[in-house]
Amino acid sequence: MTPILLIEQVLNGLQSGIMLFLMAAGLTLIFGVMGLINLAHGSLYMIGAFAAAAVAGWTGSFTLALAAALAAAALAGCIIEMVVIRRLYDRDHLDQVLATFALILIFSEGTRWLFGSFPLYLDVPAALSGPVRLPGGILYPSYRLLIIVIGLLIAIGLFQLIARTRIGIQIRAGESDREMIGALGVDISRLYTIVFALGAALAGLAGALVGAIQSVQVGMGEPVLILAFVVIVIGGIGSIKGALVGALLVGLTDTLGGVLLPLFFGLFMDPSSATTIGSALASMSIYILMALVLLFRPTGLYGRA
Amino acid sequence: MRRETILNAVLYLAMPVAAALAFAMDEPFLITLITRAAIFALAAVGLNLALGLGGLVSLGHAAFFGIGGYAMGILAHHAQTYSPMIDSWIVIEGTKSMPVIWLVAIVTSALTALAIGALSLRTSGVYFIMITLAFGQMFYYFAISWPAYGGEDGLSIYVRNSFPGLNTLDPMQFFVLVFVILSAVLWWMGRLARAPFGLALSAARQNAERVETVGLGPFRLRLVAFVISGAVTGLAGALFADLNRFVSPTMFSWQMSGEFIVFIVLGGVGRLFGPVAGAMLFVLLEYLLSPLSEFWLIYVGAILLVVVLFARGGLIGSLAGREVAHD
Repeated sequence: MTPILLIEQVLNGLQSGIMLFLMAAGLTLIFGVMGLINLAHGSLYMIGAFAAAAVAGWTGSFTLALAAALAAAALAGCIIEMVVIRRLYDRDHLDQVLATFALILIFSEGTRWLFGSFPLYLDVPAALSGPVRLPGGILYPSYRLLIIVIGLLIAIGLFQLIARTRIGIQIRAGESDREMIGALGVDISRLYTIVFALGAALAGLAGALVGAIQSVQVGMGEPVLILAFVVIVIGGIGSIKGALVGALLVGLTDTLGGVLLPLFFGLFMDPSSATTIGSALASMSIYILMALVLLFRPTGLYGRA
Repeated sequence: MRRETILNAVLYLAMPVAAALAFAMDEPFLITLITRAAIFALAAVGLNLALGLGGLVSLGHAAFFGIGGYAMGILAHHAQTYSPMIDSWIVIEGTKSMPVIWLVAIVTSALTALAIGALSLRTSGVYFIMITLAFGQMFYYFAISWPAYGGEDGLSIYVRNSFPGLNTLDPMQFFVLVFVILSAVLWWMGRLARAPFGLALSAARQNAERVETVGLGPFRLRLVAFVISGAVTGLAGALFADLNRFVSPTMFSWQMSGEFIVFIVLGGVGRLFGPVAGAMLFVLLEYLLSPLSEFWLIYVGAILLVVVLFARGGLIGSLAGREVAHD
């Protein structure tokens, strides 16, 4: 394997990791502040992708499509928070799992009803469809590079939001003692709606950005949701830093495992069984990573005990 | 008699009565449908030991269901192609005998549950939910990417496996077999809940620290419950694969795990017959709603949402009141 190919795969791993971060950050914020496990986060990802595909189909503008994804997912987030999620904060995790599972059924089948079962396609804007030449002569798709940059900018923005702004202070205070900040005059139910909508918008944006690389279809959100859970388990619940580190670890392990493990087994096996065993193991690699983290740090890399 | 006892008796008799009616009307499809409900009930009864009694919300029980299914698929596949399963210093042949398949399904899913449980019970609460979900998904992807047993397409079995003295291809005889197993497991679960083990497990759910103070280890109690729970769901998986004569990675899918939890909650958490009521209700809804609309799962979602938000205690809870049978 050439170094250029390896660097390409590392970039692909970064790209999928940074998209996972957008999902995991919302989930971990929602859990940290409200103590809620939200299975329907994958549906918000899907809503973002479908909104983007629909708007891109009408207007032809990718920028408008991204704006639509953000708006649609944030709006859907606001609505489900006010109608359903709000009633679940005081419930146990079982009720939260069940109610958000019900939301998945409703959103998935509702989307199938509106858009049909066939996948939609969201095209990468023409200006970004070609490759870009990186230092060292590596040709890399410019759209994927843009995704990495956007994701990193959002990560920085999110850290700043939480560390520096008034709403960030309220979020951190809400994580440590929700009754106290209520007593100090912060409107908790408004804060919760904002946090939920923020997480939803991040998920919707990730859905739209990834939707342009893969196809946009019903059920696209749940595999990403489960990967985001793995990220959160590895990084530690409630920690944005943990979500970033975990997401990059999972993205890199998943991408590099798929390429390197078959090559590794090829060193001492015939090619066909090396491919079989290598790709089967690669499909399990992130879960093995999760199991290892659990053995040594049951609360995750940055989790509080 | 308490209202729940009467309700349990009605629920218990509903399946054989419905099957007998279907048999009298010569509707083999309905018998198969009722058998499906009984197998789903068995899977959820297994999960209910961990979830209801132990308070362990496992969102990965499809792993055991699928392992049971593949135990049947792999053994029967080797038997029907006359190829030995392992052919090196020892030779292991496939089999078409149900009791052997069940034993293999129970043992393999129990061992898997031991490994998954030992790792995920190091954590609790929401971590536990996410981790069991992730491990379940690991088996799903593994089954898809492993080509030897059909990969994504799954495995088909030409003839249903055999049970001594029965013609399992006859829907009624297969239903009776499934129903006897379900009854035996229900009886055992009822005893287990009242036995010292069940009481200690229930106490560990309510207050783990106190249980530890009196010298019982919550971790061990939960692990044993998780292993038994996985084994029962694995057995249900073997029966489900035999019912369809087909096994595929969808048995491992996370939706399957979600549906098991739905059965329990629809019926009533922590009630012995809750999973039975829930599975029957779900299969009935599927039967009634799916001809009405292609998108019938929307209605299931809406019903589920209403049950979780407003009708806590599920079907049994709303019919028999709040008293809990075996806490």
